[in-house]
Amino acid sequence: METIGSLILIAIGAALINNFVLHYFVGICPFIGVSRRVDMAFGMGCAVTFVISIAAFLSWTFTYFILRAGAPVTSWIWHVLRPDSELVPDLSILNYIVYIFVIASSVQLVEMYVRKFFPALYKSFGVFLPLITTNCAILFACLEIMKHVSGASDPSQVWGLDKALVLAIFGGLGFTLAIVMMAGIREELDQCDVPKALRGPAITLITAGILALAFLGFSGVDRGLAALFQ
Amino acid sequence: MVNDQPTALERFINGILPENPTYRQLLGMCPTLAVTNGMQSAMTMAGATAFVLICANIVVSLIRNLLKPHLRILVYTLTIATFVTIADRVLAAYMYDMSKQLGPYIPLIIVNCIIVCRCEVCASSQAVHIAAADAVGQSLGFTLALASIATVREVLGAGTWFGIAVMPAGFPNWVLMVLPPGAFITLGLLLGLVNWLTALWTQGRKAKPTAA
Repeated sequence: METIGSLILIAIGAALINNFVLHYFVGICPFIGVSRRVDMAFGMGCAVTFVISIAAFLSWTFTYFILRAGAPVTSWIWHVLRPDSELVPDLSILNYIVYIFVIASSVQLVEMYVRKFFPALYKSFGVFLPLITTNCAILFACLEIMKHVSGASDPSQVWGLDKALVLAIFGGLGFTLAIVMMAGIREELDQCDVPKALRGPAITLITAGILALAFLGFSGVDRGLAALFQ
Repeated sequence: MVNDQPTALERFINGILPENPTYRQLLGMCPTLAVTNGMQSAMTMAGATAFVLICANIVVSLIRNLLKPHLRILVYTLTIATFVTIADRVLAAYMYDMSKQLGPYIPLIIVNCIIVCRCEVCASSQAVHIAAADAVGQSLGFTLALASIATVREVLGAGTWFGIAVMPAGFPNWVLMVLPPGAFITLGLLLGLVNWLTALWTQGRKAKPTAA
């Protein structure tokens, strides 16, 4: 019960309370750039959710087994090389380089795979895939996972793969929700008479501010839920 | 072919206002919105971004003749990631509180579109001194943009500027301005203001010759 409770908390936290776009401001570029039509926004959201899950899986694996201080694989190699050494190997200085490499190559792989085996799917969201490499939402999810794996002070607090995947998938769903809502509003906004200076990105940002205001209403839900699960 | 590329001075001036990364090119939105709730964090962020941008532009410009076209984006990102790691470690060593407060936004400089964009547009095709001038100009433009947003948000949201009280004692803090919605609304309104001023300025320039 306790583990399921904490998973639900992470899921709701990532999707609603601390929505990636409206609370952490990551993934703003596609949020403004690709939110003109609902179907395109939905395609972008799906692509991001897909890539974010793969990147989270890979980055958790790398962080847990290789990069963090005292990680199993690195320690084993170090012991084979220097059996009498007391040093705990710590490769966390390579974190960022490894993450960006993982993201770039997984995007490339996903693109090739989808183009070969699901041409219809590729037609609907393939154009967004290269853009995703520089989408901060993906790197942000990797960094959050890193914070809870190599940054955890207490060994019992280290996140398992389940928590990492839940954070990534629901973070992606939260992104999809935000970008689809935004696209719906912008389709209506096209009918309106917006002052000339505010047209384009400016009015989009102000609308996003009002959306963020609505999402602010979710704050505190996590504390109530945490009390419920205890 | 060389002659139609902008010179170092043009690149430098373009970065500050005519091609301001935030207001005119709409690049690097994440840090612009996330760290502008106070002047101190905004200026630290601007400094870190400037360091990474200048170093990455210089390095990419130095290796521009070795780059293979299909691998260039990867090389840019890895160069940037290296410098971001340096900036992150330096901040954690000398400004621990600030590095805690900025949290994930320092590593997120890696995917800041401004830097990749400058590497692609300028550093990959022009000499080192031009790339450096371009990077300094763009960094100044980015710093100006961050400072303008942070000033509005900190003065209205907390009644302070750089942590010094500037508003009269009875001023009710607009807490909303330091929360996420304030960031979106402030940037939207400032963007509108910049567009309006630009429109006025171009109109004025057009009107002048006919009047004279």
